[in-house]
Parts: sequence; C-alpha cells; structure tokens
Amino acid sequence: MAGGSSINVLEQFELHPVLGGLGEALRFSQSPLYMIAAVCLVLAFLYFGMRPAAVVPGRLQAAAEVCYEFIHNMAVDTIGPEGAAFFPFIFTLFFFILAGNYIGLLPFSFTFTSHIAVTFAMAFMVFLLTVVVSLKVQGLRFFAHFMPDGASPFLAPLLIPIEILSFLSRPVSLSIRLFANMVAGHVMFDIFASFVIMLASFGVVGDVFAIGPIAINVALMALELLVGVLQAYVFAILTCIYLREAVAH
Amino acid sequence: MGKEKNDSFDARLQSAERRYGLVKEEKPQLDANVEADRSLAALAFRAGTEMLAGLVVGVAMGWELDHWLHTRAVFLVIFALLGGSAGMLNVWRLVRTMDVK
Repeated sequence: MAGGSSINVLEQFELHPVLGGLGEALRFSQSPLYMIAAVCLVLAFLYFGMRPAAVVPGRLQAAAEVCYEFIHNMAVDTIGPEGAAFFPFIFTLFFFILAGNYIGLLPFSFTFTSHIAVTFAMAFMVFLLTVVVSLKVQGLRFFAHFMPDGASPFLAPLLIPIEILSFLSRPVSLSIRLFANMVAGHVMFDIFASFVIMLASFGVVGDVFAIGPIAINVALMALELLVGVLQAYVFAILTCIYLREAVAH
Repeated sequence: MGKEKNDSFDARLQSAERRYGLVKEEKPQLDANVEADRSLAALAFRAGTEMLAGLVVGVAMGWELDHWLHTRAVFLVIFALLGGSAGMLNVWRLVRTMDVK
C-alpha cells in the first residue's frame, strides 16, 4: 500500500519477481510461487491427514475424508455414475482454488485467483475437457445441440450463431465470476484499510472513528472466507454441470 | 388396539430418532444450478456475468474477424448483437430452471 493520501488499491495485484536473482532470471513472480504454496498445502493436508490410515479417524484424517467424500458426492450426484472418472480433476480444481483464495487472505500474501489469466486458463481447461468428452461420448451428434429442437429452419442462420456464442461464453463467465469476486473483495479490504490511515491523520477524533473501518474489515474478512469457499464450490459445481451435459446422450 | 399402540410407538421412536439426529432428513432435491446460488445476490451477480460473458465473446470474435478480413466494424456490429443475444440466452437458461419448482 502506498503512503500519503493517494492509495492505489490495485497495486496489490501487481506482479513482481521474487526469490532474488534466480526469480529475476526466470521471470518468476509471486503468482506461481503462491500456486506452488497452494499445491503443497493441499498435498501436505492430504498426506499427513491420511498417513495414519486409521479405521477410526483422528481429527485431521476425518477432515481429509470429509473433503474427499464431499467432492466425490458432488461429482457422482451431479454428473451421474460416470462422474467418478472426473472426480480427481474436480477435486484438484476445487482445492487448488480454495487454497488460493484462502492463502490470499493472509496478510502480505498474494491471491493468484485474482488474475483473469489464471482463472481463464482454468476455465478454458474445463471447456476443452467438456468439448473433448462431448465429442468422444456423443460423436457428431454433439453439433446437433446447437440447433434448438422444434425451431423453424428459417431461423437457423440466426439461432445457430447465438447458440455457439452462448456455448463459447461459458469459460468466459466462469473465469470472470471467480476473478471479479476475488478482486472486489481485496479492493474493499484496501479501501477500508486506507480509511483508517486517512482518519489517523485527523488526530484523536480520527483515531476514535478509525475503529469503524477496522470493524468493517473484520466483518469483510468473515465475508471473504465465505466467498472464498463459495466461489471454489461454484467453479467446481459448474464444471460438474458442464460435464453432465457432455456425458449425457 | 394393539396395532394402534404399535403405531404410536413407531411414531414416538421416529420422533426420538429425529430429535437425536439419527435419521437423515430427506433434503428436497434441488437442481444443482439452483443449489449453487441460493442467495439472491449471488444469482444476480451470476446473471450479470453470464450476460457480460456473451457480449465479451461476441465483441472479441467480431473484432478479430474485422481485423482479419479488413472489413471495418461490419462483423463487430453483427457479432456484438449476436453476443448480446447469447448473453440473454444464458440468463434465460439460468432463470428458467428456478421458475419450474
């Protein structure tokens, strides 16, 4: 956060090389660093959680099992019996986004899900997967979905481009949703934090009133904890819905 | 008489089980779409992004086609309209599933 009266709320999303000379040479910014941290966190959670492999699970093992079953149920309930095949992908996606959202809430850290390049890459991966699965399961009948049932053939030149654009807009809406939520949350943190600094320059009265923005920031942190898990869930469940459409005959 | 007694016992047993959370409450089966956005604000936000996404894809495609074929603004106009329609279609698909229940 910049000092003085002008505070640039978007500065927190800027990428800088990290890890000194090596990072400079590799163009290694904090975004991939925190991605690696998120992956390590999830892997460590699952590894240390499941290492006892006890019949009666301990606390960490129970948490790991709940996470596993939650995503497994979501995949199988939404996609159907074929969903079990996509479970590892959805599990990875959900926990990668969740870990990214939550690591980003720690002070001085960076939220990699606040960059549309990252969220779009994930959404595009989902999109490619649904297209490949659709083509494999449905074959050329997949393209018949672009013509709505019962529509007049005269309207086809208008309806088919609209349907195709609607289909292509899926990864865009998926990525915009996650990215916009994350950016909005972190910008709000910064704005209310900057109010505290501004009020502090007004002397004692300002110090008293500065409690307000601090309280709001505490409430915002609770909201962001909710948004973080909700957006990861929405991303995962929409992936499931798209895959269900792909595997449906 | 005896049957009635059994019925009342079953009813009491069931209510006791429910009280201690031993039976799973039958959750109303919602469409996954609806489940994903229970709150109205989330739904409104989702509808907004769906609409925007359609337009973004349409404009991007029109822009690129214009750039490629050197036809200034013809494809941009057409695809912006089509993209806007696709966005509306997305919103319609989202809202329609909520209306049914």
